[in-house]
Amino acid sequence: MYTPHTDADREAMLEAIGVDSIDDLFHCLPDRDLPDLALPEGMTEMEALDELQFIASVNESTQELTSFLGAGAYNHYIPAAVDSLLRRGEFYTAYTPYQPEISQGTLQSIFEYQSLIAALTGMDISNASHYDGATAVAEAVNMALNRYRGRRTKCILSPRLHPQARETVHTYMMGSDLQILGEDLDPEGDPEDLISLIDEETALVIVQYPDFFGQIHDYTALGEAAHEAGAMFGVHINPIALGLLKPPSEFGADIVTGEGQPLGIPLSFGGPYLGIFATKKEYVRKMAGRLAGETVDDRGQRGYVLTLSTREQHIRRERATSNICTNQGLMMLASTIFLSLLGKEGLRELALLNYHKAHYAAEQINTIPGYLASPGKSFFNEFVVHCPRPAAEVNQMLLEYDILGGYDLSESYPGMENGLLMAVTEMNPRYEIDYLIDILAEESDA
Amino acid sequence: MKAPADLKYTKNDEWIRVKDNIGVIGITDYAQDQLSDVVFVEIVAFEGDELDQGETCAVVESVKAAADVYLPVSGKILDINETLVDSPELINEDPYGEAWMIKIELTDPSELDDLMDVEAYKNMEREDH
Amino acid sequence: MPEPTIFELSKPNRRGIRYPKPDVPEADLPRDFLRDDLPLPEVSEHEVIRHFTNISQYNHGVDIGFYPLGSCTMKYNPKINEDVARLPGFTSIHPLQPPETVQGALGLMYELQEWLAEVSGFEAVSLQPAAGAHGELTGVLIIRAYHRNRGDEKRTKMLIPDSAHGTNPATSAMSGMEVVELPSDERGNVDLEALKTECDDTLAGIMITNPNTLGLFDENIVEVCQLVHDVGGLVYGDGANMNALLGKCKPALTGIDVMHFNLHKTFSTPHGGGGPGSGPVGVVSELAELLPGPVVVRTEEGDEETPPFYDFHYPEHTIGRVKAFHGHFGMFVRALTYLITLGKDGLRDVAENAVLNANYLRALIKDTYHVPYDRLCMHEFVAEGEWEDAPDIQALDISKRMMDFGFHPPTNYFPLIVHEALMIEPTETETKETLDAVAEAMLQIAEEAHEDPEKLKTAPHKTPFGRLDEVKAAKDLILTTSLPEDYGEA
Repeated sequence: MYTPHTDADREAMLEAIGVDSIDDLFHCLPDRDLPDLALPEGMTEMEALDELQFIASVNESTQELTSFLGAGAYNHYIPAAVDSLLRRGEFYTAYTPYQPEISQGTLQSIFEYQSLIAALTGMDISNASHYDGATAVAEAVNMALNRYRGRRTKCILSPRLHPQARETVHTYMMGSDLQILGEDLDPEGDPEDLISLIDEETALVIVQYPDFFGQIHDYTALGEAAHEAGAMFGVHINPIALGLLKPPSEFGADIVTGEGQPLGIPLSFGGPYLGIFATKKEYVRKMAGRLAGETVDDRGQRGYVLTLSTREQHIRRERATSNICTNQGLMMLASTIFLSLLGKEGLRELALLNYHKAHYAAEQINTIPGYLASPGKSFFNEFVVHCPRPAAEVNQMLLEYDILGGYDLSESYPGMENGLLMAVTEMNPRYEIDYLIDILAEESDA
Repeated sequence: MKAPADLKYTKNDEWIRVKDNIGVIGITDYAQDQLSDVVFVEIVAFEGDELDQGETCAVVESVKAAADVYLPVSGKILDINETLVDSPELINEDPYGEAWMIKIELTDPSELDDLMDVEAYKNMEREDH
Repeated sequence: MPEPTIFELSKPNRRGIRYPKPDVPEADLPRDFLRDDLPLPEVSEHEVIRHFTNISQYNHGVDIGFYPLGSCTMKYNPKINEDVARLPGFTSIHPLQPPETVQGALGLMYELQEWLAEVSGFEAVSLQPAAGAHGELTGVLIIRAYHRNRGDEKRTKMLIPDSAHGTNPATSAMSGMEVVELPSDERGNVDLEALKTECDDTLAGIMITNPNTLGLFDENIVEVCQLVHDVGGLVYGDGANMNALLGKCKPALTGIDVMHFNLHKTFSTPHGGGGPGSGPVGVVSELAELLPGPVVVRTEEGDEETPPFYDFHYPEHTIGRVKAFHGHFGMFVRALTYLITLGKDGLRDVAENAVLNANYLRALIKDTYHVPYDRLCMHEFVAEGEWEDAPDIQALDISKRMMDFGFHPPTNYFPLIVHEALMIEPTETETKETLDAVAEAMLQIAEEAHEDPEKLKTAPHKTPFGRLDEVKAAKDLILTTSLPEDYGEA
């Protein structure tokens, strides 16, 4: 289909190789008589498009439904310029910039991404990204363990760190003797509850900001407690929130991880997304992942190269900081373009829009008897609603009105059956919020 | 390659100069040449540590490779060369002099017998090159 | 003249996008949590477009020219895949939507699992891993869990041939395994005698790449797997080089127990300047319940009136998830589009032409560039970039000079077992004319290496940038830039 040879080409090539047939090239395969694959014949481009359009149409997208679903993946507007640039073949058909002389486009964009993430998080440095927020958290744990060279074997995870990030840490750490603490604390407790778990064997304490329930906390005391015990302090962020909120560096974060999807990356049923990873300069050699650094070429021009690759698997093999070999290339580029377009005012405006809409929605929900939205807590664009009946039922009911209500918290927190996690973004006009309120109120009366 | 006659060598290309039971340790001219431009040195042993022969005491990095440096003998760390952190290029410029890495008090001088003299080191068979 | 950074283009009060005014009353702000300063650049939309378009011109890509990066399979990325992946029915669905609202997406994932299983011979597939190295980690953790679930905790030894990708040992170490390296024999196969001495009851398994990184199909693969199985070990297959085997050989039938696919290599999803990849893992039936969840299952077959129903399933003894959500769905859409476009004959055609192209280019240059292990190769081959009578020239110099002819260089210095390696993978989508031109350029470069070595040492000459100073980058460690200190004053 995409192979170009004519019969004459093929004949000439076989002759140059010195074999009689294509089959001769495969003489060393063990099973020369492999039956045909039990797969259909190929389709033309027109037919394939038709088929895939049909499959896509079966899905009910957030363009058709009214969505208040967040829980780690958010429905945000993506400026047209982002995808227009991502579709340049110069970017998306290149690979890892091993040859810097012909990869300066990718390298400069990595360098700019690192700079933008450092500015956003308040940290010294950022790597060129990980697979997603959850794997970035796992790499943070990995880095902390490496830093202490096995002398500290405990890690404390806040119960309000994204449940799938916590699960990923468990999987990554299966082969180590790491002890993971903190997850079974009361999910509705205070961040300071974690302090009593910190001791001389603690390598890392990780919290989320805003946390999985959307709440904003002052982590200063917790960060200090971690540092007093000689442990590292990690903060997992939502990058849009940092358009408005203090950066985690102000809480003394040593490592900042985050899910970068809100920065111009489509929901796309969960991926590909972007794992943000930033830290202090002193830990640069303990950090995994690609890094671009500034230098000059032999003509005296400023340029960039991948640097500190001695940390990486292709040189250090079993002693590498991680087995990771790529970054999230194109997703990283999307977020670089997105942050460039928004700039300081745009990101603040976007964060405010999310903040105000979410607060309006929560306030309105609180007028409905039996419903209580995030009582007495500071939050950003997401909040917990305590429903008068199981969240699963509320979601089911809302879906009949083409509304995706939110995330049923009992899926991750047994005992929170009536807890519904709702997100509101700039994509929810007021009439959608009012429609939600009308339905909830009507059903509540019924 | 340069290799002074008054030192003892390991097959991993470390050298040690011993006087009055005190050893000074570094990496050889051959090692620095293989690494090419050294850009970073981290000494992972701390003053006062008591370490065994063969334990990792430093990491040396160039843009092409990273090499661990192992202790040629067991002992107590007396001093480490902090200047290498800011001037890693000393490893390339003066591997047997200014680029010493660690001073150590030997706990078992008989371990020196495990090491090579200069002739043995120069004639050592290498897998590559 | 290099392009300024986006920070250098910044000027106060410029904007690339505006948002609507709030249509709700403004709430009180959390005073204690507000940030003072957000030092991001300020540029117009036009400047953003021009900036990134300008820097894109400094890149080489598959759309621009030949890109024979060995083991990376830089084949053509069909444009229909990009169009399809951007349909709103795929981009605008949330990963936590109820299954009944995303039957198209679940059905697509199910189909892809089935296609990958059929192509490879494996029983079950999880699409979750995000990249090849991530698939490896998943696979090795599955091997570890398999032994431990049987109470066999002493199995911690992982054998890795010396020709393996660096990710293999790094993955094993991350998974708590002890790595033992195996030599290759004179034909580039795993050395069977060395393997036999390591086969004991502490063996967890072997990680094997087949075709290996020399581009050679391991002639003893069946025996290698048998030896490992005989002592209770499992075989991990690194599927990086699957392109050579499509429709020709099913890895599971050679004895491999678990393998990752690289959708961004074999199945044409774009490399994206370094990612996103996608590294689904296939396993034999004994390992199916260890896969990371969720996988997609068909719970109702459906008939002429009702469509089938698909749902998520968490395997009973799952090692757990290796990332958030379900994997790189956007890549699944592209890969399935590619698969159905090719169909069974198209897939075999890929393997045949990939192998034909590699052997053809090898035949054209092998009298000038020494090819160790000189036998028919699969989808790639490794040549030596050095000559005794051109002592100053290294593989790197040849690579840099190739850029002057508009070609991306091959993979350098890998595999480690070949001196000054040039690892060349043309892929099936290149024409004979391109391969002829590449061979001609490489022969000319060989001549220059002997007669005018300086031309190679100072290459590239015709690219927008010359050789970059990597030592300076590693010493100075300038990893970020920012707005100037006096920004916005003046």
